[in-house]
Amino acid sequence: MKNFKLLTVLFAASLVLFSCSNDDDNPAPVNEEEVITTMTAVLTPVGSGTAVTLQTRDLDGDGPNAPVVTVSGNLVAGTTYNGVMTLLNETEDPAENVTLEIQDEDEEHQFFFIAGGGLDVTTAYSDQDADGNPVGLSFTVTANTASTGTMTITLRHEPTKPNDGTLAGAGGETDIDATFDITVQ
Amino acid sequence: MRIYLLLLLLSSIVSHSQNCDLTLTGHIEDLHDNSKLAGATIIIKETQQAAYSDLEGVFTFKNLCNANYTLTIAHPECLTLEFEVKMTKNITKTFKLEHHYEELNEVIVEGTAELQTTESLAESKINEATIEDNSSKTLGDLLDRVSGVSTLNTGNTIVKPVINGLHSSRVTVMNNGVRMEDQEWGIEHAPNIDVNSASSIKVVKSAAALQYSGDAIGGVVIVEPNRIPVKDTLYGKTIMNAQSNGRGGSISSRLTKSYAKGWFASVNGTIKRYGDFKAPDYILSNTGAYERGASARFGINRFSSGLEAYYSYYRNTLGILRASHIGGAQDQLTAINSGQPTIIRDFTYDIDRPRQEITHHLATLKGFRKFEKLGKLSFRYEFQQNNRLEFDIRRGDDANKASIDLELTTQAIALDLDSKLSDQINLKTGVLARYQKNFADPNTGVRRLIPDYDKYDLGIYGVTDIELNSKLTLEAGLRIDYSLIDALKFYRTSFWESRNYDVLFADLVIEDLGTQVLTNPELDFLNFSGTLGTKYSFNSKNKLFFNISLGTRTPNPSELFSEGLHHSASRIELGDLRFEAEKAYKLSLTYQFNSDRFGLSINPYLNFINDFILIEPTEVQQTIRGNFQVWEYMQTDAVFTGIDIDASYKLSERLSYSSQFAIVKAYDENDEPIISMPPANFRNEIVYQNTNLNNLMFSLESQYVFRQNEFPDNNFDIFIPTTGVNETVDVSTPPDAYHLINFRSSYDIAINSKSTLVAGLTVTNLFNTSYRDYLNSLRFYADDLGRNILLNLKINY
Repeated sequence: MKNFKLLTVLFAASLVLFSCSNDDDNPAPVNEEEVITTMTAVLTPVGSGTAVTLQTRDLDGDGPNAPVVTVSGNLVAGTTYNGVMTLLNETEDPAENVTLEIQDEDEEHQFFFIAGGGLDVTTAYSDQDADGNPVGLSFTVTANTASTGTMTITLRHEPTKPNDGTLAGAGGETDIDATFDITVQ
Repeated sequence: MRIYLLLLLLSSIVSHSQNCDLTLTGHIEDLHDNSKLAGATIIIKETQQAAYSDLEGVFTFKNLCNANYTLTIAHPECLTLEFEVKMTKNITKTFKLEHHYEELNEVIVEGTAELQTTESLAESKINEATIEDNSSKTLGDLLDRVSGVSTLNTGNTIVKPVINGLHSSRVTVMNNGVRMEDQEWGIEHAPNIDVNSASSIKVVKSAAALQYSGDAIGGVVIVEPNRIPVKDTLYGKTIMNAQSNGRGGSISSRLTKSYAKGWFASVNGTIKRYGDFKAPDYILSNTGAYERGASARFGINRFSSGLEAYYSYYRNTLGILRASHIGGAQDQLTAINSGQPTIIRDFTYDIDRPRQEITHHLATLKGFRKFEKLGKLSFRYEFQQNNRLEFDIRRGDDANKASIDLELTTQAIALDLDSKLSDQINLKTGVLARYQKNFADPNTGVRRLIPDYDKYDLGIYGVTDIELNSKLTLEAGLRIDYSLIDALKFYRTSFWESRNYDVLFADLVIEDLGTQVLTNPELDFLNFSGTLGTKYSFNSKNKLFFNISLGTRTPNPSELFSEGLHHSASRIELGDLRFEAEKAYKLSLTYQFNSDRFGLSINPYLNFINDFILIEPTEVQQTIRGNFQVWEYMQTDAVFTGIDIDASYKLSERLSYSSQFAIVKAYDENDEPIISMPPANFRNEIVYQNTNLNNLMFSLESQYVFRQNEFPDNNFDIFIPTTGVNETVDVSTPPDAYHLINFRSSYDIAINSKSTLVAGLTVTNLFNTSYRDYLNSLRFYADDLGRNILLNLKINY
């Protein structure tokens, strides 16, 4: 095997001579520029109370580790919360704020908020793109009665806009899809 | 005759003054097969003496003087040549002439097996007329006409040939003697060849053609340019196509100039342009294509030596169905369940994202010299560069950047010797060294799909065939290939650890970047391949071929190094560094019957493939973008069984009928069916052709593709937040059987004595049937092509 290796490399060496850029430097690493690793939705109650943070964080992107999904606390029944969304790419150092990119291309993006499993909350958009359609970088969540269930937040790229507010009606490609376990008490 | 006799008489009177009693005895032979050439005319220029060669190819001149003579030798089937002879004593000398290639009139019946590449396998050939009829199509579509060959599609413009169920790295494509290195490993990587540069395309459905490669366990596709006659001539042809589906067309021209001295030059150019194609019920948005191809070759072709330089350029921009670019499993479910593409726009010629932009350069310099004893010795240097850009739907500053930018450069030198050891024994031997470099541009901002690597190959082969008697021929061959892959690959640390590579391959790490590690895998493979076969001719009509071949294939970079999301398939694909080479033992039997009216070829085969590499789903992985199915490359022992049948029958002088049937079954070591096997297909064609009426031709073709009933169940469940229930994503169930009717017609119009215009009208999918094909990876999202009306004009000049 060793001899073959030597022979092959020798034979091929003549060919290597033809190709000019045969540098021995290590290739440059690629940090994914487009990946969103972290979505943080901070829900601040109107009036007094404790803010609730929903976060999904997937530092290895498409790698084998699942995203870490956290909810900082429970929502209080009868309270309306102002939500603000922050998106980061933490594979870069310092982390890139992807929220700004979404803002720049807000006609091509929309968040969807879907309560499921018996969770009694109502959501509404607080922002609009240039065409007057909702985006969802800021939004409100109203916790109605005490209940538990899930809230799924989905970011769609190039959805049909305007749409009927459902994922099926919007189409497009999913950039983020995270489900949070929520309790209203 | 009389004149020559007169000359002979006169000359004998003239030449008497010197001491002239020398005798020249000549033997005239064909350069190719040393057969004796009778009836050649030999004239001595100086004396105008003349003679004819007899049945043994022998001629004699007596009473020659001690002087130099110039002989002009002419033969009806050969080029006239001059030879110098110096007479000092009585001489016996052999003169070699070469038969003309009457290329322009070459007639080969399609589907007829010719024995050239291997002796013990029946090979299929597509002739120039068929290539011209399908000038607007891809190589894959053209090969689909050969029984046992089907196509693996990504839409209708990215078409790969599948030979007896095997494709991609398992099929070697030879272009003018050069093995194509065009990143053929991927399912959505079509061969980068313009069919118009070819004059014949042959298919060997086995690894037995060892002079080309040892790893073609699916088979070899041999694309050959036009053979150029050794005579003073200038000729050309132009083919134009216009078609309704895609609202586009193609134009292709070729011009060839050659000289009796052996010099020749040929240039060829093609442009194809299509907008969005159409299924029966809707536009297939973003499926246009823009292909450009050009090739040039020149050189000198003499009897015993030749030299040729060849260059070809190929560039293709291919749109990929917009609706096929999706996010996670939930998008996939929506797309599959919607029944039609989720994005349908108005027709356009624009090719937006997602799309591919491919450029392929191929240059070769080759020469040969024939030695009396040794045989024909050929030398070849080849250079290829393949650049692949893939543009995805992206965001922000990256929107117009390619997601994949790979440049594969390959160089090789080869030496081949074709010897005739005796009248019965031929021996082909050769050696090849190849160097390949892959460069993945990091400026894409996307992790490299295929890492940077250097690959070194060294191959050596020998194939002999022995004609034991007039009926039985034996063939045997052996090839040894050594490959070394020296890669520089970044792994995600999380993947590196999850695979336990950090323990198994700790010494490969050359740099730890925290979230990524840079590794330097050096993988080497020593592969043996072989062939053993026989041909038995019972009589002129009945023949039997039997061949056992061993093909061994080094895993390709995709199988070794994949690690990440594959967008167009919406799945995560993972390779494996630990793979062994794939080994295929194929038994192939062909029975052929050919009479004036009836032709039949039956070819059953059995292919045992050890360590067969396939990709299978293993789990569903959560990411921030939702759930994705994970597909991992694995090795299994697989068995492929199948049969290809061809039949043709001449009903009358003008009416003929032909039929083709092919089926293949493949199972892994757990007797599970292997994914993406071509379903059985049955093709029947009836042709009317009247040579007395300007070659008027009508043809009606029926193509029936059965439903694939044997497939692995790779379906998976995902949670739908809207409804709060789990739903099944059906990525396994094959589409229904379909039946297409195609119509062809053509008519010759003579323009002048030299030029003919052939006009053709073709309608494919005559009844505008909606269908989906199991081997089209976009079948989840859209129907296949609807009716297409195509006008074809060809002019020879």
